[in-house]
Amino acid sequence: MRKVLLPTVIIIGTILLVLRLFYLQIVDDSFKLKSENNAIKIQYDYPERGYIYDRNGVLLVANQPSYDIMVIPREMKNIDTLEFCKLLSIQKEDFIRIVAKAKVYSPRLPSVFLPQLNKLEFAAFQEKIRKFPGFYIQKRSLRDYQVKFGANVFGFITQANERTIAKNPYYNSGDLLGKQGVEESYETVLRGIKGVKYIQKDKYNREIGSYKEGKYDTIAVQGKDIHLTIDAELQKYGEELMINKRGGIVAIEPKTGEILALVTAPSYDPAILVGRQRSKNYTKLYHDSIAKPLYDRGLLAEYPPGSPFKILTGLIALQEKVIDENTTVYCRHGFSYARGRFMKCHCHGGAQQLHRGIYESCNAYFGTVYMKTINKYVRPADGVDVWSRHLKSFGLGEFMGYDLPTGRRGKAPTSKTYKRIYPNGGWRSTAIVSNAIGQGEVLMTPIQLANMMAAVSNHGFYYTPHIIKSIKGEQIDKKFRTKHVTTVDRKYFQPVIDGLFDVYNLGTAHALQVEGIEICGKTGTAENFTKINGKRVKLQDHSIFVAFAPRHNPKIAIAVLVENGYWGARWAGPITSLMIEKYIKKKITRTDLEKRMLEGSLQGEYAKYTGKKEVDSLLLKPKAEVPSNPDEKLKEAKTPEEATEN
Amino acid sequence: MKNQSVTNNLDWMSVFIYIVLVIMGWLNIYSSSLSLSEDNSILDLSQFYGKQLFSIGLAIPLIFIVLSVEGKFYEKFSGIIYVIGLFALAGLFVFGKTVKGQANWYSFGAFGLQPSEFVKAATSLALAKYLSDVQVNLKDTNRQIQALAIIFVPVLLIAVHDPGSALIFMSLFFVLYREGLPPWYLWLGFIAIILFVLALVLEPWAVILIAAGVTTLIYFRSRIVDRNWIASAIAMVMISGFVFSVDYVFESVFKQHHRDRFNILLGKEVDMKGIGYNTNQSEIAIGSGGWFGKGFLEGTQTKGGFVPEQHTDYIFTTVGEEWGFLGSLAVVALFVGLIFRIIYLAERQKTKFSRVYGYCVACILFIHFFVNIAMVAGIFPTIGVPLPFFSYGGSGLWGFTILLFIFLKMDANKVNEW
Repeated sequence: MRKVLLPTVIIIGTILLVLRLFYLQIVDDSFKLKSENNAIKIQYDYPERGYIYDRNGVLLVANQPSYDIMVIPREMKNIDTLEFCKLLSIQKEDFIRIVAKAKVYSPRLPSVFLPQLNKLEFAAFQEKIRKFPGFYIQKRSLRDYQVKFGANVFGFITQANERTIAKNPYYNSGDLLGKQGVEESYETVLRGIKGVKYIQKDKYNREIGSYKEGKYDTIAVQGKDIHLTIDAELQKYGEELMINKRGGIVAIEPKTGEILALVTAPSYDPAILVGRQRSKNYTKLYHDSIAKPLYDRGLLAEYPPGSPFKILTGLIALQEKVIDENTTVYCRHGFSYARGRFMKCHCHGGAQQLHRGIYESCNAYFGTVYMKTINKYVRPADGVDVWSRHLKSFGLGEFMGYDLPTGRRGKAPTSKTYKRIYPNGGWRSTAIVSNAIGQGEVLMTPIQLANMMAAVSNHGFYYTPHIIKSIKGEQIDKKFRTKHVTTVDRKYFQPVIDGLFDVYNLGTAHALQVEGIEICGKTGTAENFTKINGKRVKLQDHSIFVAFAPRHNPKIAIAVLVENGYWGARWAGPITSLMIEKYIKKKITRTDLEKRMLEGSLQGEYAKYTGKKEVDSLLLKPKAEVPSNPDEKLKEAKTPEEATEN
Repeated sequence: MKNQSVTNNLDWMSVFIYIVLVIMGWLNIYSSSLSLSEDNSILDLSQFYGKQLFSIGLAIPLIFIVLSVEGKFYEKFSGIIYVIGLFALAGLFVFGKTVKGQANWYSFGAFGLQPSEFVKAATSLALAKYLSDVQVNLKDTNRQIQALAIIFVPVLLIAVHDPGSALIFMSLFFVLYREGLPPWYLWLGFIAIILFVLALVLEPWAVILIAAGVTTLIYFRSRIVDRNWIASAIAMVMISGFVFSVDYVFESVFKQHHRDRFNILLGKEVDMKGIGYNTNQSEIAIGSGGWFGKGFLEGTQTKGGFVPEQHTDYIFTTVGEEWGFLGSLAVVALFVGLIFRIIYLAERQKTKFSRVYGYCVACILFIHFFVNIAMVAGIFPTIGVPLPFFSYGGSGLWGFTILLFIFLKMDANKVNEW
């Protein structure tokens, strides 16, 4: 039997080989369609990107055609480099560098040689293209912004980088994709699906018709239009109010969680990130580490919330039944919460109850109330955890799940936080009393503040904030239609809301009343520090204001943050009132206030820290100044009818 | 005249297959290297196809020499030939020329010689000589060790430069088995291969768990009298040791490119622009052939020069692309035909020496054929072994020619063996 082994092995081995060859050559077609296969040319048909509208159907973002010059290095032959460079007004060194880079990517796959030509540049090149074998034109569509605001909301379009291409097989070199804003979060909806055509080539690289009669070809699927929840007028007004300031505004419709405005300042005209100047402008914005125009402060700026946090302190104390509306705390312009520890207070002092405590923003009242809440439990750790769970039900300390690609958690401290700070234990409510007035370990972003106000205005529920109103033919995500109920019961909200209403009548914002609108709000002043040469230096306080209106049946909840804006009622308060008036009345009656806010500037304040005045030509300017576009080429890039629009 | 009897008794069928394979091989080398030049003279010695034609030309006198040597010469001098071969391998450490990181060449001007290609024949002769000794019985452990030593000395010398080629010699186990090696050697090898693959695919402890399960199963399924828990325990210890050392060797001793070769095969790597490139390209080239191929000199992948080393180890990709599935099948059939013909002839031999040698030839041809095509088709790790008679390279062609024709000479000579 020993003779049989070798023949058996040979037969089995041979059958294996033949089966494998049969599979490769006959069964599996996929190898023939790989882009590495040079016998088949792959041609893409890029669908137009979906349009973006605001909540009232105002067109915000459309498209314009653009042309990329593509190169296949292997197919380049006898190029008159000089003529070529002159035609496209580039340097010979650039030509050599780009071709070398394309070769590294792949000698036989197309790379982008020069992206985003406009019609004129394209026309000039198109005439001569037959003289340059290896080069061809790929038509794509670029964004055409109908408005000069909303850059942070829209995001921008950029070429897929090598990392994206490696990670997501959909994208090839030169493909465009959305980054930041809704362009990123709704990328797959907006972009559609590109079509593919396979074209058979012979060994001389000539095209000889479509591969297998187009059996594998696919048709491009058009991108879908989307409607945002943004109110274009309000967004525009918000950005105008914030010119020459830094900060963010988030306005939410409480009944639905729809984001009405999402403003960050400083901002820029979205159109500067389109066309051949895109990368130059982007680099400039990206490297502005002082004003940070690409940093969406409405979503990302985490600060101690300051006094607006007293709303939650009060609500939680009511829910925990450690106080009622009539609980009285005596304020001696502050209170002494432990031996040698005194928390100052700027209220009028005297016997404080919840109502006056809110509108006078009494530190002593809320400090006492907060300690009562924590001390309700034997172990302060338990008290903190209960308190922290209440905070979480208002959306603090989490990303909240809104449909924008950036965000910060903020911070809702738990007992674990304090275990880290005091590893040996022994901490009690006195150690963390700053939390009561929003100056402790609590951090909130403007969108969290706005959401908190939405929940308060609804008497204890909110919808996840979102920016998508509708996608053509599709319902929006279910999570945006699900009600989140807070752990504070409905009945406890009324006294707090009454207090907030009197902030405008009797309290810290009495100068900001708007005729005919019952506004409930709260000022805030957040201390902030920085390190200069390793030393902790106190900077000018941030100005914070939160509000909702009208008091009954609220239509808007809003949070405004102005960096280094002294105190709440100085910058953030007036801006909040104007925004509310704009949204509800559609016109401004308090023109004095409006003028002061539109023209007011904090650039002097910012210059104190950086030593130089920020005058970046790319950032948005007040209307008074003539908007000068530094990029003459960009202007040329516009067709005449578009130019007149500007 | 001896020559007269050789031509009469020569196995012309084998010779015919040999000639067809060499011609097909050259045509494919011509096709795969044509695109690299503008000048189309087939005798151009600066081109692969020109050089290969020269090598083929030199193979003809070589065949005449091999056939005209006295038949007994190979048996008598097998020991000396083997020792010369070993010295040639050892000499590489001093005089070897480094090509692509492997110092397995002697350089003579424009041509190089690769002694490992000739040592295959020398080792086969030595093994045949040893096993044909009447006193050698492979049931005897000492004899087993000596026979294995004949195989492993050249293996060790070659493995230093070229681990792939060393694998070729493992096929000689089939010869030992044919001549009486106890079957458990083969079982051991079989189990080791399975454990090796499993150890690469799974976590070591998972493999050991599986092995423990199987061992337990065997233990309880066997008759009670056969149950031997000590043997089972020893087996488990050895399996665990083996699995962990495979893991260790793979992670710590192997270089990254070795690991990558296995990883591609196991589907762990998908980087088609990097290490997976060769295999991916060769699969595309073969796969694009379809039933009938694109025709001689019409292969687009071949013309594009996408398959690296296409004229040497990847020559079969040209066959696949230009001659299609049917062409590939024909090549496979020719090889299998030749190998079975050799086995048939070997079994027909009167002397044990020539039978064992014939078996060696069949084994060596088969493992080259199988490993090469399996690698090119992407079901075997990337191991650089040539396709006999096909791949570009003088040493390879001459080595295989000598290997084959020594056997054909013995076969033709068998009438004189009485």
